[in-house]
Amino acid sequence: MKIVLQNLTKIFPSRNKKSGEEVVAVNNFNFEIPDGKLIGLLGPSGCGKSTTLYMISGLQKPSSGRIFFGDDDVTELSTENRGIGLVFQNYALYPHMTVKQNILFPLQNLKGKDKLTKEQMLDRAQEAARLVQIDQLLDRKPSELSGGQQQRVAIARALVKMPKVLLLDEPLSNLDARLRLQTREEIRRIQKETGITTVFVTHDQEEAMSISDMIVVMKLGVVQQIGKPQEVYDDPANLFVAKFLGTPPINVFRGSVRAGQLYLGEEAVLKVSGAPDGDVDVGIRPEGFLLDPQGPLSCSPLNVEVMGRDVSVVSTHPASENPMVRSIINADSGADISSGTVRYSIKPHKLFLFDRESGKRIPFEVKQHG
Amino acid sequence: MVESKQQWKAWLYLAPAIVLLMVFTVWPIVNTVRMSLLEGYSGLKAAGGATFQFGFGNFEKVIQYRRFVQCLRNTVLLCVWTVPISTFLALLIAVALNSIKPLQKALQTIFFLPYVTNSIAIGMVFAAMFNIVGSFYGTQNEIIVTAGIINNVIEFFGGKPVNWINYGSSYMANMTVMIVYIVWNALPFKILILLGGLQSINKQYYEAAKVDSAPRSRVFWRITVPLLSPMLAYVIITGFIGGFKEYTSIVGIFGEKMGPPDDAGRLNTMVGFIYDSLSANNQGRASAAALILFGIILVVTLINLQVSKKRVHY
Repeated sequence: MKIVLQNLTKIFPSRNKKSGEEVVAVNNFNFEIPDGKLIGLLGPSGCGKSTTLYMISGLQKPSSGRIFFGDDDVTELSTENRGIGLVFQNYALYPHMTVKQNILFPLQNLKGKDKLTKEQMLDRAQEAARLVQIDQLLDRKPSELSGGQQQRVAIARALVKMPKVLLLDEPLSNLDARLRLQTREEIRRIQKETGITTVFVTHDQEEAMSISDMIVVMKLGVVQQIGKPQEVYDDPANLFVAKFLGTPPINVFRGSVRAGQLYLGEEAVLKVSGAPDGDVDVGIRPEGFLLDPQGPLSCSPLNVEVMGRDVSVVSTHPASENPMVRSIINADSGADISSGTVRYSIKPHKLFLFDRESGKRIPFEVKQHG
Repeated sequence: MVESKQQWKAWLYLAPAIVLLMVFTVWPIVNTVRMSLLEGYSGLKAAGGATFQFGFGNFEKVIQYRRFVQCLRNTVLLCVWTVPISTFLALLIAVALNSIKPLQKALQTIFFLPYVTNSIAIGMVFAAMFNIVGSFYGTQNEIIVTAGIINNVIEFFGGKPVNWINYGSSYMANMTVMIVYIVWNALPFKILILLGGLQSINKQYYEAAKVDSAPRSRVFWRITVPLLSPMLAYVIITGFIGGFKEYTSIVGIFGEKMGPPDDAGRLNTMVGFIYDSLSANNQGRASAAALILFGIILVVTLINLQVSKKRVHY
């Protein structure tokens, strides 16, 4: 089932009646979520991603705009009738019911032609439990389960009625680091097995990138960019998206374009064409640096972090907007970077130019290495 | 060294409470047991130098008393009727109050008012409401005027006025009035507790229930009631304990006679029996009755706790 969001807007009235300031949580969101895909809504807290999810669920009503499931307009449809599954951030498992009763609960509410017999319900519950691998825990209470197990129960409860749409609100935020890795694989596996259109919300870009078919990056209620994770990473629409995606984060320099030359500070690093002269922000991914004794960019290294396959060089550069410049270099290069200066050349496709004022991406072409 | 000093200090701070508890709680309990075991014990006679035989005679006498059996029956009947009715009504009202936003505070206050009103005063108002005093039977025009508002309402809907509490009223009518009065009187406290419980239930369970397409009645029985069960258990257990100690409500409506004018003592309760024995200067009998009442409350509470172990989800 595809989901279409049309001019979706949510405005919260101000808490303080005197000031009357409204909060625009989601601003004119347009997106068509393709059938059977896993979509990550990504952004810092307060960007409206959860509000968007709750509007899709029907628990919150949009101020304007429309929501379609397939061809049906569900904007006015209550949550009960939308046929969605929702996994809450803190799972909201009914504490007085066993795992089995929790999973059975949605099935027992089915009416009319969807009504199931007791045996069918039990079969379905077993099946859902097996899918998330909690079939050993059916008689436990939620309080007797670990966070990861509770999370699986919540997913099983959401899946058991075979929803048209599965929504997950920060599903991994309550799990420890190892469990998080494991569970996100699990979510990916379950989504692939069931083929249910799934939307999940996260503030963790790594999480979103690793399992989503598509990601939606949001900021202050406004969609910044929508695309496949790798595309968004390789081709960020603006400085915010570039900064938000990637660990370690992108390095940002103050630069300028003068007569077809890109300067970082006073160093001419790249010959570019198509970019107008003027001051720009320059983003360079950490993996975009190449050790090169004749390279145009010179940094003063502070320390080197060995990460096994790679080394991460932390250095300073006068034109850097962050206090540190971080570059990731293949450990095989064997260079001694303990002191003095280190010179880099830049991989042009890892370098982006952004407008100083608007943060928008400035397209350019590389003429040759500077 | 330090520890013993600390201990000494602790006892010092506890002393006022301990002394008061010893004088007003522990000693009376011990003394009650002692008096109940001295046959026909009376404080006055004891002061006059009389001695009393040790034994279970007081208990035997109490149980054989016809009045006592009547008191026990009244008490149990009132408990069995009022506790479930008031708990269920309180639950409905609390849920209703919890679901409305405007005027919630005002309505909450209105429902809580009976709690801060003297129960004798409320009893007198109820007595007036159920009254038929002031009726004219068989005057020139054969007009029947009922003074109590309840009978006025009954007549308004075309019913016959009922002799609720006056001369010649039936036991059924008397008990109905008592049940209505006790339920009404018990509501505010229960509503308060249940409303507090409702407001502490995480709203997300209700959102989850919406996502699960649960109809309202199912949400109430499968989510609200179980999550409220600790409060419900508390309200029911204290309700039974209070019910077994019922006394002032009867006085409030029927006066010290504990019954309609033609059958004094008809609505007497266990506590009423104890007071009667005391005023008859028979502390032995009163103590025995008090211990029997204590035993009944203990057993009922234990049963309540046992049941709630299975039904209450903490």
